[in-house]
Amino acid sequence: MIWSWARSVVGRGARAVREPRSYGRNRELFGLLPASLLLTAGLAAVFVQRSNSLSDASLIYGAIFLGLCVLGHLFIRVTLPHADPYIFPLVAVLACFGLVMVFSIYGATFARQQAQWFVLGLVLFVGTILVFRDYRKLEQYRYLIVIASLALLVLPRFFAPVNGAYLAVSVGPVSFQPTEFAKVGLVIFLASYLRDTRQLLASGRRIMGINLPPLKHLGPLLLLWGMAMVILLLLHSIGSSIMFYGGLLAILYVATSRVSFVVVGLLAFAVGAWYLSTHIAHIDSRVLAWEHPFNGTLYNEPGGSFQLANAQFSMAQGGLFGSGFGRALLTVPGTHAAYLPAPGTDMVYAVITDELGLFGAAALLCVYLVLIARGFKAAILARDSFSKLLATGLSAILALQIFVIVGGVTRVIPLTGVTLPFISYGGSSILANFVLVALLLMVSDRARRPAGATVSLEHA
Amino acid sequence: MNGSISRLFAVVLLLFGLLIVWTSRWTVIDAAGLQHDRLNKLSLYASWQVKEGQILADNGDVLARSVPAGGGTWRRTYPMGSLFGDAVGFENIELGQNAGLEQFRLPALTATQQTTLGAVFGPISSSSVGNDVYTSLDPTAQALARTLLDGRVGNVVAIVPQTGAIQVMYSNPNYNSNDPFGCHGAGCEVPSAVAGEYPPGSTFKVVTTTAALNSGMYNPQSTIVGNSPLEVSGIPLHNDGNQSWGPVSLTTALVNSINTVYAQVGQNLGRATMAKYMARFGFYSEPPLDYPDEEMIASGERSSAGAPLQPVSSTYVDLGRMSIGQGNLLVTPLQMAMVVSAVADDGTLMRPHLTSKVVNPDGQVVEAITPTVYAHVMSPAVAHELQSMMTQVVEEGTGQAANLDGLDAAGKTGTATTVGDIDDAWFIGFAPATAPRIAVAVELTHIANGYGGVYAAPIAAQLMKLLLSEDL
Repeated sequence: MIWSWARSVVGRGARAVREPRSYGRNRELFGLLPASLLLTAGLAAVFVQRSNSLSDASLIYGAIFLGLCVLGHLFIRVTLPHADPYIFPLVAVLACFGLVMVFSIYGATFARQQAQWFVLGLVLFVGTILVFRDYRKLEQYRYLIVIASLALLVLPRFFAPVNGAYLAVSVGPVSFQPTEFAKVGLVIFLASYLRDTRQLLASGRRIMGINLPPLKHLGPLLLLWGMAMVILLLLHSIGSSIMFYGGLLAILYVATSRVSFVVVGLLAFAVGAWYLSTHIAHIDSRVLAWEHPFNGTLYNEPGGSFQLANAQFSMAQGGLFGSGFGRALLTVPGTHAAYLPAPGTDMVYAVITDELGLFGAAALLCVYLVLIARGFKAAILARDSFSKLLATGLSAILALQIFVIVGGVTRVIPLTGVTLPFISYGGSSILANFVLVALLLMVSDRARRPAGATVSLEHA
Repeated sequence: MNGSISRLFAVVLLLFGLLIVWTSRWTVIDAAGLQHDRLNKLSLYASWQVKEGQILADNGDVLARSVPAGGGTWRRTYPMGSLFGDAVGFENIELGQNAGLEQFRLPALTATQQTTLGAVFGPISSSSVGNDVYTSLDPTAQALARTLLDGRVGNVVAIVPQTGAIQVMYSNPNYNSNDPFGCHGAGCEVPSAVAGEYPPGSTFKVVTTTAALNSGMYNPQSTIVGNSPLEVSGIPLHNDGNQSWGPVSLTTALVNSINTVYAQVGQNLGRATMAKYMARFGFYSEPPLDYPDEEMIASGERSSAGAPLQPVSSTYVDLGRMSIGQGNLLVTPLQMAMVVSAVADDGTLMRPHLTSKVVNPDGQVVEAITPTVYAHVMSPAVAHELQSMMTQVVEEGTGQAANLDGLDAAGKTGTATTVGDIDDAWFIGFAPATAPRIAVAVELTHIANGYGGVYAAPIAAQLMKLLLSEDL
């Protein structure tokens, strides 16, 4: 049932309705309205909460943001006129919501920085589209991209760990998370690589009802598995490992349509993850905190379950409707001691659930889901394998990143500190995700472009 | 490929469904359990940010108030220090510990008014203000009780008989509410006026007399032989000074506190009758005070302090000795104040209370404590007989030290032997004798040769004199 419904949501390539003329560009423009209204109202709410006063600053910020979004829209209108009209407004809504959350959690200084990252993100978005106007040029650099991505992935290993995991690189005051960029690079590489080899991989022999690929082509699968294990081993991060491995397995599945790959891959991952998690102290402690967050000893241990347990308490405080905007308790009253460490980054979902309740949190997840659905829709409409695999991979890895952090906070899986896309405070995440969105829009534009109505260079 | 993409999206839908289900678990399904987890300090932290209401004396003096503790938090301070330690209790907001009235009235003190707007958007202001709690406590009389005890270990309780309003509740030693853990030694840990366990001695003869008169088996003129010693439960019982009185009236026996007469009266009344009247006075029940139950203790027979209650029907209870307030009977000073209050109020025991009203920050009375009857202990006629018997105790008997000029007091002394010649000295009384407006119980712990008539009666008299003069 859920399959057929999922299909009806993302649609089918053949039945896709093409809109004449504007291709939904006006819908995109109007879609920006809710985003700036949200920003204006949200900032106003924070002002009221903080100082019992309304300031016109909320209106000014709202107007500036609307201006930036309109510029982004005009750019898309000119360069990608056929692109999906919902993706950009959805991203704007999420970014606006994130900005309001950062403002309410960390205050004006951090919110200004986050806004500056948003502007830089828009610049990178424009840059990506201008440089890779035909994104299929990326295929030419795939080995360069994969080497750079793997380098980015292991880079944090050479810096000090944060909470036991190697996810960030700190140089002086600047800290960035290279894994955010590595995820885009690896998806590009795998989409390109599997475009070439997918037929070979899919042409296996059938043994005992399971399609096994020729042994020599098991290589890529083993490589992926090895990479996931290396992430676990080197970076000590279950979450990142799930995110990368899951995302890449998703591409492999779409490329080959072989469920057997997925099953074998997941089993191999489970075995490896189980072995490593019982042998790496940091992962073991994360798993323990996940299993027994309310154990008094574990709660008071450094690196124990303090943060995770408090996140549960905060969410319980939220209930159905939430305790109110800006009302979440983040520090112990009268002190500067953190009650909920990392409230604007790893724990932002707990803060959102506390303040807006189950309904607010579910609404947020629905916005993400619609964005991901539009990504998959672009993949379905795409007419070449590389585009399909690229859009699939980008959407899947975005979905898995949300699953890893929200699942970590809500204790579906052990907690790993990855960002909640577009909402968590932090520059790397915003920049990398704007590149991801730019690529999705380019795939979408190409897919929805009417045949023959193009000025682009058709090669291959 | 498109089929695979659709199926992949279905998997994403399932994963997100999982996230929503888990979010529902913590926000709704398991929320109550999480909120009561002992590691969950959110409600404690929230209480730091509430400006709790004041606790006030009957004249408006502040007994407890909240002062800023920085960063939008508040702490409690007690302008009267140790004077109202047991009565008001304390609250350490930082540790989330509290006691006494501070604990019992916490819901009122932290009550925050929810406006319609606030219900939708949450309270606009970051701090909320609780209600004020007014008590019937009288700071002048409380201070006099402290002066009269003069550092000796003991308890003073004063009640308005017609309403049950407590005007004095003072104990030595008493902790300073500002530093509850700075008090060390016996009596520091418990509010001894409501949780101390003392043998009542002859003050209990008021209970036995009530049972004797109201059951119709005796009248004030009934004659009983008061020779000493008298074998009770196989052990000789002596009168004070081993004096043999011969045949005397019940009135004479009360006036001179003749033990052997009351042991016979109690044994003659029987366990059931004594149990019935004790229950009416509140024995064997948790004190009905607006105070935390876990900080109070019921009065009655116990094999030792802190041991479980033994019902009067039990053969372990020495009925004769219990009837004179000895044996294993252990009572709180509040209990004896309730006994004398019932006599003073013509036989009706009013439920005792410290709180008089709860007032919100706008000055509106949110809750007014109206006097309620705890029990009809005896008929008004019997009460009048008992009142005049107790008047004679002060005029010509053991309680003459309470006979101050212009006071017109009535009462009963008690001298409970604890170890050797170390006694607990008691006096329970009321005034004016003809139309009582105040009832008191005074207890002094471990006084050498501590006759109640010598040590406790003067304290009770002076206190009643002050309370009556204020009352005019």
